Amino acid sequence: MREKSQVDDIDRSIYDIKNENLDEYSVGEGLTPEIVRKISEEKNDPEWMRDFRLKSLEVYHSISVPDWGPSIDGLDMDHIVTYIRPNTKMSAKWSDVPDDIKDTFERLGIPQAERESLAGVGAQFDSELVYHNVKEEVAAQGVIYSDLESAMYGPYADMIREHFMKLIPPQDHKFAALHGAVWSGGSFVYVPPGVKVEIPLQSYFRLNAPGAGQFEHTLIIVDEGADLHFIEGCSAPKYNVANLHAGAVELFVGKNAKLRYSTIENWSKNMYNLNTKRAIVEEGGTMEWVSGSFGSHVSYLYPMTILQGNDSHMEFTGITFAGKGQNLDTGAKVVHTGARTSSYINTKSISKDGGISTFRSSVVIGKNAKKSKNAVSCQSLMLDSISRSDTIPAMDIRTKDADVGHEAKIGKVSDDAVFYLMSRGISEEDARAMIVSGFADNVSKELPLEYAVEMNNLIRLEMKGSIG
Amino acid sequence: MSEVLLQATNLSARVEDKEILHNVDITIGKGETHVLMGPNGAGKSTLGNVLMGSPKYELTEGKILFKGEDMTQEGADKRAKAGMFLSFQEPLEVPGLTMESFIRTAMEQKSGKRMKLMEFRKQLKEALDILQMDEEYAKRSLNTGFSGGEKKKAEILQLMMMRPDLAILDETDSGLDVDAVRLVAKGIEKFQKERGGSLLIITHSTRILDSLDVDQTHIMVDGRMVAAGDGSLVAEINQGGYEKYLA
Repeated sequence: MREKSQVDDIDRSIYDIKNENLDEYSVGEGLTPEIVRKISEEKNDPEWMRDFRLKSLEVYHSISVPDWGPSIDGLDMDHIVTYIRPNTKMSAKWSDVPDDIKDTFERLGIPQAERESLAGVGAQFDSELVYHNVKEEVAAQGVIYSDLESAMYGPYADMIREHFMKLIPPQDHKFAALHGAVWSGGSFVYVPPGVKVEIPLQSYFRLNAPGAGQFEHTLIIVDEGADLHFIEGCSAPKYNVANLHAGAVELFVGKNAKLRYSTIENWSKNMYNLNTKRAIVEEGGTMEWVSGSFGSHVSYLYPMTILQGNDSHMEFTGITFAGKGQNLDTGAKVVHTGARTSSYINTKSISKDGGISTFRSSVVIGKNAKKSKNAVSCQSLMLDSISRSDTIPAMDIRTKDADVGHEAKIGKVSDDAVFYLMSRGISEEDARAMIVSGFADNVSKELPLEYAVEMNNLIRLEMKGSIG
Repeated sequence: MSEVLLQATNLSARVEDKEILHNVDITIGKGETHVLMGPNGAGKSTLGNVLMGSPKYELTEGKILFKGEDMTQEGADKRAKAGMFLSFQEPLEVPGLTMESFIRTAMEQKSGKRMKLMEFRKQLKEALDILQMDEEYAKRSLNTGFSGGEKKKAEILQLMMMRPDLAILDETDSGLDVDAVRLVAKGIEKFQKERGGSLLIITHSTRILDSLDVDQTHIMVDGRMVAAGDGSLVAEINQGGYEKYLA
């Protein structure tokens, strides 16, 4: 007989590194105004932020959970520890970071990434920034890269107040409201007019404690004519308690500015990933998204772009990989309000071992968005007959001269192609992995090399034991 | 006869409920060139695919020995590693997998050794030059968007790089123009003469055989081997067709 392998679950040991529970303090499991006040106090919020949190909490209690996507019944908000602070203060030097935390990061490759001349690393352990460093050359250009908490008291306090949760208001949905109430940690980036940041800024988020939610907030403002590439990487260890991630990312792209936002999310497979990401683009600006969604039990993720300025542009390149027990609902939204705006959405999804992958796109072209263009292309690959792939495109076009296109393809890995590769001496497992990696190639091409390597490793890892 | 490389005995194979091969025998010696001819639908391609271990066909009877080892139950990857190669009649497209990285991976998997990039590029360039293929092909996705002729050339490119002991060429010349046949034949000749490789050439035409010395010709009709002879049988078939072999 031909040799076949059967592995029930993939080996995630390199991603599922657990530390002993380091947390000296947590706020109990329910969510009340007292808890939110406590969080606010702990974080030393300015008054406006404390009020904002309490208002968000009211909104949170007034709206119900979404009923249109994958089930999130497994989430019990009353038993989610919303805020856990690690036993370390902000640290500017790597040597000050406690050894066990350092150990976890080292196994995730962060110091290497740092050494490989990435511009700055803000790594988040639980909800607090523990390690933060911006290379001098970037800071010398006037670029601000810091945690959001301390920036609220610095010279950018007004700027933050002006932008914080303006793109994603708490009223938007229940988890945006929750985020507004309990957000903690995250990054603030400001790139002044005309400054081109040559090397990507990077941040690595990580969840650690059982039952802990993570509500980091990322606020990036790229001023007129400036240029930035920001990379967000996520990985979480595996626990049996349901975990929730409800972060928010708000991106402001100025006139003729350009922002590329790359993410590889690799959550453990019990995670509810209900992340909200949104960008607004002014005249002549460009927003580029590169998004890889791996891991998690359930994901709702649809980065949205508002093309407000005339001649602004957006490109979205995404890949989603849903394996056993995963229901990943991902896609992209774009709203064209400026004239001659253009957007291009290109996604790939892979489903395997009964995984469900749903692509949802929403394209709105307003009545003033004359001569705007949009193209959506989504391709799905199903690796077996028990997996599922759906495409749900929505379009709302209010001007007659818009140019809109949609293309969807669903396919399977053909046995003939597998035989073809095998006839050259490649094992069945490798042959399938090569076909799937090839399918994902246009996404990995958009990523910086080390991330492309990581993504291919993830695909390889996910493909292990896929032959039955 | 020279040392035996491939010995297939009493092969019967079917796809779903339809038996296509009936008790077929074929033996190929080291360095020999065999030609397999027969009318359309005779089962020639099936034999090529069965020898290579295609999962599409079920082998109901028979045994395949390669270099004395029993390959009957082995997968295509094991057969390839042992030194077998099949040039596909319809090569598959694999988007996103570049020819270059595919060939290199395959060579490394076969040899079990890492290959130096410079050495690989040098060999690849030589092979591309013989086939008059632009170096750009190596950077393109495997067979993706290639014309029929380009796909066939890419198969021979792989043959030249992989350097197997036995190459089964499944209608490699069909659909090629005169110039392309000449180039492909050149690549095959190089494999035959320099490598000393064995060939099983499944073909309808003689053009590809012009520059090759044929040791044996097999005629297959309705899934059975009905005649065998030396290279002169090819010319005979060209003149008289298969009529006298049809039942």
